[in-house]
Amino acid sequence: MTSAEGTAVPPILSANRISKSFGEIPVLFSVDFDVRPGEVHAIIGENGAGKSTLIKILSGFEQPTSGTITYDGKAVTLPPNGEAEELGIVLIHQEFNLAEHLRVVDSIFLGREINRGGILDTKQMNEKARALLETLHVNVDPHARIDTLTIADKQMVEIAKAISRDARVLIMDEPTAVLSVGETETLFEQIARLTARGVAIVFISHKLDEVMRISDRVTVLRDGQLITTVEARALTPDSAAQMMVGRELHNLYPPKHEPDVDAPHVLSVRHLTAPGISDVSLELRKGEILGFAGLVGSGRTAVAEAIVGLTHHSAGEIELNGRPVNFANVAQSVSAGIAYMTKDRKGKGLLINMGLRPNLTLLTLKNHVRGVFLDTGSEARALDRAVRRFDIRARDASVRAGQLSGGNQQKLMLGKTMESEPEIVIMDEPTRGIDVGTKQQIYHIIAALAAEGKSIILISSELQEVIGLSHRVMVMRFGRIVGELEGDQITEEQIVRHQMGIEGKAA
Amino acid sequence: MSTAVTEQPPRASRPKFRLGALGPLVALALLMVLGASLNGNFLTIDNMANIVARASFIGIIAIGATFVITSGGIDLSVGSLAAFTAGMIIIIINTLVPSVGTGWTSVGIGILAGLAIGLAGGAANGALVTIGRIEPFIVTLGSLGIFRALITFLANGGTLNLNFQASDTYSPLYSGKLLGVPVPIVIFAVVAIIAEVAMRRTTFGRHIAAIGSNEQVARYSAIKVDWVRLMTYALQGLLVGLAAVLYVPKFGSANSSTAVLWELQAIAAVIIGGTTLRGGFGRIWGTVVGVIILELIGNILNLQNLISPYLNQAFQGAIIIIAVLLQRSRKTT
Repeated sequence: MTSAEGTAVPPILSANRISKSFGEIPVLFSVDFDVRPGEVHAIIGENGAGKSTLIKILSGFEQPTSGTITYDGKAVTLPPNGEAEELGIVLIHQEFNLAEHLRVVDSIFLGREINRGGILDTKQMNEKARALLETLHVNVDPHARIDTLTIADKQMVEIAKAISRDARVLIMDEPTAVLSVGETETLFEQIARLTARGVAIVFISHKLDEVMRISDRVTVLRDGQLITTVEARALTPDSAAQMMVGRELHNLYPPKHEPDVDAPHVLSVRHLTAPGISDVSLELRKGEILGFAGLVGSGRTAVAEAIVGLTHHSAGEIELNGRPVNFANVAQSVSAGIAYMTKDRKGKGLLINMGLRPNLTLLTLKNHVRGVFLDTGSEARALDRAVRRFDIRARDASVRAGQLSGGNQQKLMLGKTMESEPEIVIMDEPTRGIDVGTKQQIYHIIAALAAEGKSIILISSELQEVIGLSHRVMVMRFGRIVGELEGDQITEEQIVRHQMGIEGKAA
Repeated sequence: MSTAVTEQPPRASRPKFRLGALGPLVALALLMVLGASLNGNFLTIDNMANIVARASFIGIIAIGATFVITSGGIDLSVGSLAAFTAGMIIIIINTLVPSVGTGWTSVGIGILAGLAIGLAGGAANGALVTIGRIEPFIVTLGSLGIFRALITFLANGGTLNLNFQASDTYSPLYSGKLLGVPVPIVIFAVVAIIAEVAMRRTTFGRHIAAIGSNEQVARYSAIKVDWVRLMTYALQGLLVGLAAVLYVPKFGSANSSTAVLWELQAIAAVIIGGTTLRGGFGRIWGTVVGVIILELIGNILNLQNLISPYLNQAFQGAIIIIAVLLQRSRKTT
């Protein structure tokens, strides 16, 4: 990584003693931050530490309550609503800002279309888009519609759009959260190219190994306070994690208690073929944590959705406790004791405009009915129990689910899933985009559930998580299971070799 | 923020006063003051009872529309379906009169048939939306045309008139009183109370709000989305049938201009009442207030000659647009 360290390159964008309050609630306390041309500066911290607020202030989406922003040597007030892009400061949101029905070239020039006498000059725009994508080594057809692109390609289009606006500071909110390992590599290559051109990069990530690898400097926030800004080389994953949570993190992963070898099979899937998967077979023992590894789109979620009846399988059998089952919908699978916890918290898991109580009980509402009426008292007691059991932290009980931090949303969803008292839980990316402290809590909850005799299928794109928790690991590639690893075989190298197709069963 | 008001968990320590939640009531009070200051006869019990009785047709339909809209749907066919059902009730009673007579037997059969026809019409809309996977806007726009054409066809371009003696039997259902309260008001109130309870205190109501808020979340939460959707349209149809049952004894006739633009008034009442047009949150009492507000505006225009009552529907149209604008600005702040 090209680095500006030690040299006297002045920062291009800096924040000086920035404070921010929303109403009466302070979220940032006198934070200093700067980024130099050609530098990668990472911001890390737990959920609710103030990272998102800081980058919104740096890009003009929020105004600081006090403190100053200096850009290019001059104190400035950044214009709101993304107008700072005109100045060369571009924020790429976690949820992309692309119109799904437009084509790539239209998206890149959106709002700045090239006209000739009031008529769009499509030829010139096509050429410019093609040249731009080429210089960035992005292999995307400029005429492809956005909704046909993968998430990684959409991100590349966002970056191309930013570069086409002569971005000098590129701010990214958890750019790798939704990317697979390979896609992350491509992004990092892109970042290297951009820094070589003198672009300053600010990014938020929860993945400490990435932060160590590609950043020049790292800023740690905790509870809205600046803890430190250090050279990335001076940091270890342990010290970084410790600074983020303010306490030492022992035992990120709880000890594994292997299930008995003669524990009964609670779930058997044989030769299952459904949308996105073909010929998938697996056995799950009582009390077992079965990891599912593979690249994004390799079919892991499709397996889960086929099992619980969200999609229909065209071939194969599913047996639950030795009895054949074929669920037509989630209601049937839940009452049979299998629950699926989606990876899409906001899109499929929680009603973000509703309160915590209706969210918690939505899956199991019939347990809270007296006569024909809902018993809100019983619902409230369920919420109390879930808040204690899963340590859900909300400002007060009247907040909407969408106002919770990502980690607390995840815990609420876990509470909702466990309300149905399933014997088998399929957890899809249970720690996506949440901080390390909450991750540790969730890991211990998962291990405790297995120890109680629940069986768990753990789908995760974080290899460390799969390795740290699973008793056995299935690796998927192109909709098929290409490997099954047990015991000492469960290593990062083995999983990667299988998911890249270097090794494994004939697909 | 105001949209989450009914979901306040009991643990919330201090009740928050929100103007948004009370907006419809404030508007209602202002209209009452305005009406009273313009005309001395406005605040009399007779005029008020008259207003609420007239509002009961639209009110009963708008209560159904509250369920449909809360679940994220829309039903544009309610006015046409009401007219068609009213026509069918008249035809059925008239057909029965020669053999069964003009008593309650033929009227009763007509009433039951009216409810069944409304229910079937609504269920057909619902089936096309859920099983047919067609946008509700398109389905109900199509059935709006179909039902309107059917009533015109049945009346042969003219007017269907209820048999005179049967009409005498039937008319107490509109003009009669129960414990001093006009019958349509009693029925309106009973429907509203049952609906309010169903919306707030039953799984059906919770599932409707969940589907309107996010259909995917509902599907992943073991809710039978298609079934619940279908039920909202069927319920809407049943309530349209009930409105037609009350309409027939009032006028004793139906023709191609019966119940024209009732869908506009019903949807306006729902939106004024604070139900979100995009779904996810609905409140029945708001709809009831909304219907009365619309009727008050019509009444004030009628009592005063300041503005032509011919412009009444322009007011209703404008009110719908303004109410949605207000909802939007509340959401973004």
